[in-house]
Amino acid sequence: MNIIVCVKRVPETAEADVTIDKSGKDIDKSGLVFDLNEWDSYAVEEAILLKEKLGGTVTVLSMGGEDSNESIRKCMAMGADDALRLDDPAFAGSDGYATAKVLAEAIRNIPYDLILTGTQAEDDGYGQVGATLAELLGIPHATLVNSLEVKEKKVEVHRELEGGLEEVVEIDLPAALTIQTGINEPRYVSIMGIRKVAKKEIKALGASALNLKPEEVGLSGSDIRLEKVFLPPVGGGAQMLEGKPEEIAQKVFDILKDKGGLA
Amino acid sequence: MKEIIILAEHRRGELRDVTWEMVSEGRQLAKSLGAETAVALLGKGVNGMAEALKPAAHRVLLIEDDRLEAFNSETYEKVLVQLITERKPFLTLIGHTAMGMDLAPGLAARLKMPLATDCIGIDPKDETFSLTRQIYGGKINAEVSFLKRGPYMITLRSGAFPVQERDPLPGEIVPIPSPLTDEGLARRFLQYVEAAAGEVDITQADILVSVGRGIKDAENVPVVKELADALGGALACSRPVADKKWLPKGCQVGTSGKTVKPKVYIAVGISGAFQHIAGMKGAGAIIAINKDPKAPIFSVAQYGIVGDLFKIIPALKAKIKELRK
Repeated sequence: MNIIVCVKRVPETAEADVTIDKSGKDIDKSGLVFDLNEWDSYAVEEAILLKEKLGGTVTVLSMGGEDSNESIRKCMAMGADDALRLDDPAFAGSDGYATAKVLAEAIRNIPYDLILTGTQAEDDGYGQVGATLAELLGIPHATLVNSLEVKEKKVEVHRELEGGLEEVVEIDLPAALTIQTGINEPRYVSIMGIRKVAKKEIKALGASALNLKPEEVGLSGSDIRLEKVFLPPVGGGAQMLEGKPEEIAQKVFDILKDKGGLA
Repeated sequence: MKEIIILAEHRRGELRDVTWEMVSEGRQLAKSLGAETAVALLGKGVNGMAEALKPAAHRVLLIEDDRLEAFNSETYEKVLVQLITERKPFLTLIGHTAMGMDLAPGLAARLKMPLATDCIGIDPKDETFSLTRQIYGGKINAEVSFLKRGPYMITLRSGAFPVQERDPLPGEIVPIPSPLTDEGLARRFLQYVEAAAGEVDITQADILVSVGRGIKDAENVPVVKELADALGGALACSRPVADKKWLPKGCQVGTSGKTVKPKVYIAVGISGAFQHIAGMKGAGAIIAINKDPKAPIFSVAQYGIVGDLFKIIPALKAKIKELRK
């Protein structure tokens, strides 16, 4: 079972104070910690679990600059065998579609049975790369996968639908699956683990090596462009409860009684 | 006349809310573009749905086929490639849902049609559109434009567009023959399964104390559970807590979990991703505790506390025990 996992390095923003930078087109990333996209960490773990069960190899693919080596090495410390970084100034500004084109061209040269991606990225959240990739490669796909089982030349997956419902679908291999968070428990990677893979080669390929013309990738190969970013409008806004913890506690208690929640 | 195609979404015999949201937004867009709306309804035995949709759109394009009983991106793509190629709509609207996320990217790539996903705002502008999306988990909004000329495809976030009452249209149902054959499929739908129910039914609680990523570690969860117990309420959670298996999936509130309407919902360390808010905005009162004053949860909560949950929760628990004696 040869598996390709496509990953992305993103800034961690879930718990961070996010502000807009001077360009007005992105957030200020200077104080932020970067890590492997959360969805991708589940995809990598799933690939390694499959390798441990069925044998084969796990190859990690990432479009990004040298910074991305850090996240790629994390995948290798988790157990990925090989890695390929897709890096070219011409890739700048790629949207989901242009990103999928670059990944597809790289994948055409690698033998595989299964491609895994995260369902979406924490930063731009397009949620489209995996399914677009499948279309470009002419293979079947399933998105939002929260459990999977390989059976001979096919894979049976559960897709997460809305309201706690799942659907079970069967797909012929080779196939592409986009992985939902919660499918497994991504293994912990120690500093020692990272050190062990620090010397592993991460090959980088540019547009010409992938037979892609500059106009096919990056902003010129994209469907959409980000024009500006802004803070979401605040709704009615909450009434803020202030004071010492004990004073806040009293206020919350009063609200609970008043709103009929507390008997 | 220009046409906007809206893909009806239904599951197990029922039209999903996002269909009505798209139909409403589509009517609005059609008005400003001088276009007409056509709902594409794919399914088996969906005449009733076609009748229900008829007054809401200029026409319903009805494609009935036994092979379309359950959604499958492979069959849907085949049908829609033909339909869109023939009708050449100016715009195609699809929900950014478990169905649309599975279908739209491949369909757009096949049709070489520019696609913008997960949009929460659509403004027509000079034969194209200016779109609003959310990035960084809803902390930032982005204005996005198309770089290519139409026809366009846009996927709409479920719950982001209001359903507006409008005068009924005369409407018509246009049956369209299905292009599907008995040719084998690479992807086959097998069945639906319900996620395992939790021990406690969180949809029945008057008070829900819900814990999110801010709790940091599994061993901190009991702190919040004790508060829920002291209040006689139930403990729920947001997605990251269920993903990490700190609480069972049955406790998860949000789009892919439960929709809850307690009298009081206390969100502890939950930033308020859209998918979470969709599951709890119907609560009688929402109290949010978060260390980030800019957390989106404060825009939906009636009461907010900015601070360290590890100081506030124990104080609250102590106060409640004292006052309820």
